[in-house]
Amino acid sequence: MLKVENLDVYYGNIRALHEVSFEVKKGEIVTLIGANGAGKTTVLHAISGLVPVRSGKVDFLDQDLTTMAPHKIVQLGLAHVPEGRRIFANLTVKENLEMGAYTRKDTKAVKSDYEQVFTRFPRLKERLNQMAGTLSGGEQQMLAIGRTLMSRPKLVLMDEPSMGLAPLLVGEIFNIIKEINAAGTTILLVEQNAQMALSIADRAYVLETGRVVLQGDAKTLADSEEVRKAYLGG
Amino acid sequence: MSKKMNTVVSVLIVASILIILNVLVMLRVIDEYASQVLTIAGINVIIALGLNLISGFTGQLALGHAGFMAVGAYTTAALMMKLHLPTLVAVFGGALMSAFFGFLIGLPTLRLRGDYLAIVTLGFGEIIRVLMINLPELTGGPAGLKGIPTFTTNFFWRPVLSFALVYLTMTLVVVLLNNLLNSSHGAAIISIREDEIAANAMGINVFYYKIFAFTLSAFIGGLGGALYAPFFGYLSPNMFNFQKSVEFLIIVVLGGMGNLTGTVVAGIGLTYLQEILRFLKDYRLVIYPIILIIVMIFQPSGIMGLFGNKEFSLTRFVGKLAGKQLSGEQSSDKAGEVQ
Repeated sequence: MLKVENLDVYYGNIRALHEVSFEVKKGEIVTLIGANGAGKTTVLHAISGLVPVRSGKVDFLDQDLTTMAPHKIVQLGLAHVPEGRRIFANLTVKENLEMGAYTRKDTKAVKSDYEQVFTRFPRLKERLNQMAGTLSGGEQQMLAIGRTLMSRPKLVLMDEPSMGLAPLLVGEIFNIIKEINAAGTTILLVEQNAQMALSIADRAYVLETGRVVLQGDAKTLADSEEVRKAYLGG
Repeated sequence: MSKKMNTVVSVLIVASILIILNVLVMLRVIDEYASQVLTIAGINVIIALGLNLISGFTGQLALGHAGFMAVGAYTTAALMMKLHLPTLVAVFGGALMSAFFGFLIGLPTLRLRGDYLAIVTLGFGEIIRVLMINLPELTGGPAGLKGIPTFTTNFFWRPVLSFALVYLTMTLVVVLLNNLLNSSHGAAIISIREDEIAANAMGINVFYYKIFAFTLSAFIGGLGGALYAPFFGYLSPNMFNFQKSVEFLIIVVLGGMGNLTGTVVAGIGLTYLQEILRFLKDYRLVIYPIILIIVMIFQPSGIMGLFGNKEFSLTRFVGKLAGKQLSGEQSSDKAGEVQ
């Protein structure tokens, strides 16, 4: 579904990604793990067109994304849950969800999608007319995910969904990610919490200073000595 | 009463308020001095509304609306004096020219995130002022441009016509902005202010909407200037200095960023305040900022923050009077609270 080949990204003269290649197949949860500054977020930004790509290819459903404008990429069915949630704090929960459906014209289907989001996140329904900025961290993350689902994406890029959340909530959010995947949405997950990410992913890639250093089945990686030492604390 | 009825009643109310005010000006119940101050206040409000669109709603700080006002004013004057175009055509031409400048400035700067627009518009305002000083054939140079044909030369009708035109324009601008901001385009514009990256992730063409908002903002700013030229009949480059740009920004901030009602109230209030403080001579330049500092300390969200930052809605008000509350409906008009 998504194929990234030899992706190079520079910030000015600094090379952030060194020929990163990976693939996400339909129906999978693929995770990119790695330490701070490894380039995980940069990979996602390069895919959704938020940073320019120096060289390499990003193929999504047989279309090249490297020169496409960000808003066009969303229309293709590739949605991005940005790092740090980035909900619209001064808009209500309802308005946030409406913005998620911004690219869609099929009003009827959008209505039924609201219901789906509410069944998945009952808490959002309770707070429908509340300013999104007044929600708790976990609720904001739920809103960010729900908002993205409103665009009916085929592939969702998730950037650090566990960031700043209590451990109990992290579990809840990861369960939701699994459910969304089970319902047919492919997911590319970027995480620092490698243990959690590997526990729900099918396959994983390990990034280190802008290079893919390890890749494989999520289970195998979770058991591998190298990954344990570097990311899972022994 | 149905929603439609409420809207109709609201439009009628606004129309009658405008007519009554005009009759009051005509009968000189509102004397010439007051009507002149009110007309200037109306022009200030129009330009501040334009600034609010880009700074308050789109979240892009602009510091050069005196420049757009100048472009609108001088273009209108030139169209009237050199090409002898009818006043209204010239006014529209002035606003269009200003929009064109806004588009040109926005094209390179709005691609960037952050405060670049503020710096570039600040420079633009000064460049325009210096250009006006150095193009005497068109602008009369530093001495100013005299003899711009006014709306009418008839002493009786002149204040009435100026007042009517300015307040009619202001009403139309408010209606236009209010409808725009309550549409899906408005939602896109506001989401850019809230979070640019998230707006991008929602599939909004951020650059397009920034350019759109900025060009419209420049158009409205130019429109204010364009009305100013045939109202005043005299233009000088120093009317459009940096301080003037800041004055518009103050109106926007004091009224509440992203609130149209606030801009109307603050624009009229501050213009009057300047007149009231006139007896203090130069000291009013001290009093004015002190008032601002106090407001910013105790009411940083502007005066409309006191009302939960809600817009005043005449249709909702009418609905309430009729005994039926229409929740969630936005009004077409705030000109009803002009006085």
